[in-house]
Amino acid sequence: MTETIEYAAATGALSTIWLLIAIPVLSAAVLLLAGKRADAWGHLLGVGSIAATFALSVYYVVTLAGLDNRAVSLDLFSFIPVTGLQVDAGLLLDPLSAVFILLITGVGGLIHVYSIGYMAHDEGRRRFFGYFNLFVAAMLLLVLGNSFVALYVGWEGVGLASYLLIAFWYTRPNAATAAKKAFIMNRVGDVGLLIAIFLLFATLGSTQYADVFGNADALAGGTATALALLLLLGACGKSGQFPLQAWLPDAMEGPTPVSALIHAATMVTAGVYLIARSAPIYNLTESGQLVVAIIGAVTLMIGCIAGCAKDDIKRVLAWSTVSQIGYMFLAVGLGPAGYAVGILHLLTHGFFKAGLFLGAGSVMHGMNDEVDMRKYGDLAKRMKITFATFTLGYLALIGFPFLSGYYSKDLIIEAALDEGGAKGWLLGGAAILGAGLTAFYMTRLMLMTFFGKARWDRGVHPHESPAVMTAPMIVLAFGSVFAGFLLVNVFPLEEWLEPVFGPRPEAAHVLPPIVVTMIVTAVVAVGIAAAWVFVGRREVARTEPLGVSPLIVAARRNLYGDAFNESVFMRPGQWLTRFLVFVDNRGVDGAVNGVAALMGGGSSRLGRTQNGFVRSYALGMLGGSILVVAALLAVRFG
Amino acid sequence: MLSIVVFLPLVAALVLLGWPRPPGRAATWAWITASVADLVLVVAVWLTYDGGPGVTEGFGFEERQPWIPGVGSSYHVGVDGLSLPLVALTAVLFLACAVHGLGEDRNRRTYAALFLFLQTVCTGLFVSLDLILFFVFFDLSIVGMYFVIAGWGHGQAARAALKFFLYTFLGSLALLLGFIGLYVGSDPHTFDMVELARSAPLDDRPVFGGLVLLAIFVGLAVKTPTFPFHTWLPPAHTEAPAAGSAILAGVLLKMGTFGFVRIAMPILPEVWQTWAWLIVVVGVVSVLWGALVALAQTSFKRLVAYTSVNHMGYVVLALGAAGMLGGDAVARSVAVTGAVTQMVSHGLLTGALFLLTGAMWDRRRTYEMSEYGGVAGTAPRFAALLALAAFGSLGLPGFSGFIAEFQIFAGSLGPAPVATVLAVLGILVTAGLFLWALQRILLGPRSDTGFPDLRGHETAAIAPLMGLAIVVGLLPAWLLGVIEPAARTVVDLLAP
Repeated sequence: MTETIEYAAATGALSTIWLLIAIPVLSAAVLLLAGKRADAWGHLLGVGSIAATFALSVYYVVTLAGLDNRAVSLDLFSFIPVTGLQVDAGLLLDPLSAVFILLITGVGGLIHVYSIGYMAHDEGRRRFFGYFNLFVAAMLLLVLGNSFVALYVGWEGVGLASYLLIAFWYTRPNAATAAKKAFIMNRVGDVGLLIAIFLLFATLGSTQYADVFGNADALAGGTATALALLLLLGACGKSGQFPLQAWLPDAMEGPTPVSALIHAATMVTAGVYLIARSAPIYNLTESGQLVVAIIGAVTLMIGCIAGCAKDDIKRVLAWSTVSQIGYMFLAVGLGPAGYAVGILHLLTHGFFKAGLFLGAGSVMHGMNDEVDMRKYGDLAKRMKITFATFTLGYLALIGFPFLSGYYSKDLIIEAALDEGGAKGWLLGGAAILGAGLTAFYMTRLMLMTFFGKARWDRGVHPHESPAVMTAPMIVLAFGSVFAGFLLVNVFPLEEWLEPVFGPRPEAAHVLPPIVVTMIVTAVVAVGIAAAWVFVGRREVARTEPLGVSPLIVAARRNLYGDAFNESVFMRPGQWLTRFLVFVDNRGVDGAVNGVAALMGGGSSRLGRTQNGFVRSYALGMLGGSILVVAALLAVRFG
Repeated sequence: MLSIVVFLPLVAALVLLGWPRPPGRAATWAWITASVADLVLVVAVWLTYDGGPGVTEGFGFEERQPWIPGVGSSYHVGVDGLSLPLVALTAVLFLACAVHGLGEDRNRRTYAALFLFLQTVCTGLFVSLDLILFFVFFDLSIVGMYFVIAGWGHGQAARAALKFFLYTFLGSLALLLGFIGLYVGSDPHTFDMVELARSAPLDDRPVFGGLVLLAIFVGLAVKTPTFPFHTWLPPAHTEAPAAGSAILAGVLLKMGTFGFVRIAMPILPEVWQTWAWLIVVVGVVSVLWGALVALAQTSFKRLVAYTSVNHMGYVVLALGAAGMLGGDAVARSVAVTGAVTQMVSHGLLTGALFLLTGAMWDRRRTYEMSEYGGVAGTAPRFAALLALAAFGSLGLPGFSGFIAEFQIFAGSLGPAPVATVLAVLGILVTAGLFLWALQRILLGPRSDTGFPDLRGHETAAIAPLMGLAIVVGLLPAWLLGVIEPAARTVVDLLAP
């Protein structure tokens, strides 16, 4: 250990940043342990605790902004005090974690408020808020931890909360299966993350960020690449990136606020955080970065293609999330040119995607929990607020000029193109194509949901949601519109994050930014037009049309990702375990039983010689004596 | 002091047996009282223990009385950082079983006396510093457990008990052979562990030493159990009563792994190093085999039984890796600390899991997971504790298992990289098997037959175990501080 980064010690107001985690944990504990007594006021406590953490977060970030050295570290206690494995529990508030705590508590708080209305008629509402608070606490630990171990503790904590919330309606078999699938696919990634942590211990002797990033230059090239790929595996699991993307759409079985907060705005972006946080490691390995960017590009295409063929409104949004996080991976895979841009997209996406999910939840709320868009239609007039906020989120997502997605997505595409050469054209081309597909599937969603003829089931009476639900949607719609402009022009995010990622290298533009914008806008327009041609002009069938092209079939089946997992991992896994059970019973235990039987059989056969006849004993004695004499002779003369 | 801790339960057992007809639950309450008293004593020992370095430098609360002077065997007991946590675990787990025993109606007096007897045996084994004393306790534990399974088990209890007895008794014979080998090989002849560890008599006799290690390893591996000596475990657990399973998995299995750190490693350091690679292999195979076979089980109790093979495999892996010369001594000491932590953690978590299976048997008379479903709806306390124990068992941070496995992996990666990476895959499989089990038991549509929630004494027995697992998971410093110096001593003995 030669160098460590010296973070300033947290003093004054900032020495209480542990409250950010303690408050929601305490609230979760009360909600989960108090039992039915807390049913009456549980949701208020749940919302209140997050509101308090949001207020504290704002206060801390403002305080942080006033410091010269904008990275403060707070040591809490010695977690694992074993020599050689010193793990100190501590927190780090720096510009990167600061934007995350604002996002988590801000958007999280809004979604908590929304949930009061959304879950009003659910008998498990108190439990819901307990899990939700638990999630916020774990997520805050994930981004505030000052070591990879603290990150991992939060990482698994959000995985647990995600499991509990996907399986919230546990009587539904689909929800139970989806929760299990999510946790296990995440665990595949966790194995990578864990091995990376052990590797850090073995090579650097520490996982504190201060030690690791201070000594990152000492890592051998191969080790750095191995670390980068292992961390990437972890990130792919949490963020639903190829090849671990299959769990995220299934996770929509959980209540819609869960989809909005966990499976769109915050938890699934933890992978992006992990890579951005590990920037000093990724900066050492170009091949590691390239793999990140390729994974991002591949995933964004998968997400777009699958999203085009879905009829379930939440699944369209889920695949859209997969694809938008692909953009973020693509960005952070570009290294210093892309870190800040990736985080910018993460923030803007947090606003508009949360808003879209809440809008979808509002639609479902008014449609008796129907999720099939083929049974929607003509809702624009019935749900005016939902329609308006959803439209703003939609425009932000497809990158309509000067809305928030426009800023962040265009910057990613520019940065990808600026890589130059085949790499730049391929990555940038995928990103541009993805923008067009995004416009297509989102316009399709809008047309099927809000326009055309009503295709409702009998007995459905669409109505606008109560104010407690629409108010958060309105706030998020404001974010969808203005966040990009504010974060680029008023509070420049890139400048704020510069202490973490270093200055952005000046690259020669392959294409002038204005040309890129025009190309992207044109492609988006084509996507919208295509949606109009294929969906808007026609009557939407109430059931999924059959006899469609193989491409659509593949997209409906999620590009055969599930089939692949099933045939390559699940079935052989089942055969393997069955085979092992067989060997265990017949082979291992069989050998033991066989030996026992042999002993038993042998002794009973020996026992038969004890037959009580003097003549047979005499014969035995004779035979024995001959053997002895023969042996003696053999030894004597042999 | 230590002798009082060891023999107090036995005295209580004898008193109970001399009490002809205790009314109602009086015998069980007497049992609980004795267990509480013993736990209080253990806490007192823990608080006054001054953290000696263990095997070479002396023990806390050491007592030594001549016993069989002719063969150099004495009543020699003491605690160090390796044994004290296990003594404490024993006291906690037996108390939990005593509280759980309030629900046992069959022959309460004998049941209580038998468990008290077992408590003396288990505590005695962990504090033994003499091979003969160790062996006596080792064998008595088999006898005690045989009667628990045969007398209070269900299904084919007699058959399972017999298999358990014969299998582990044969193992103990191998162990005895090894102990005699140590005695013969030492000069002057002795059975005293401390003297044997000081002289390490078989270090320069690789063949004889190897055979002695083989005998001891097989004897302890049967008990642990590691692959391929594990097949007695599932039937024994399946047919045993819940408390019997909790003690069997929670305490008795630790006798095997404890024997490795207490006897095999310090007394046969060179030989252990020579064969460390094989021990690592046995550990990894146990990890993966136990997890994969558990994945295919339909009976929840058999599933938990196989996860014991998996969890004990981590311990064996760590102890094997501690003998590999590849890594630095610090890393290997981390592995050994992790191994002992894992013994404690597995005792708490698996003890809780087995007591929970007892609730399943009491209510439905079956462990088949297909017979359950939707239990979360009717039994929230049962569901919460089962979920907590399952997540703890699959190594979620915040529970003791994570602390243990984290140290094991971090310490073993340097000395045995390939094996460790393979073993980390085990956490993937355990996640799968526990979540699938939770889905089959707790989730899904509510069933019609109903599943009454845990009663007071069941909750009181299980919840503290989970509470301790969480305390260790969040604030492990007090436990690791006790274990580490002793673990360091063992590692120093391995590679001076």
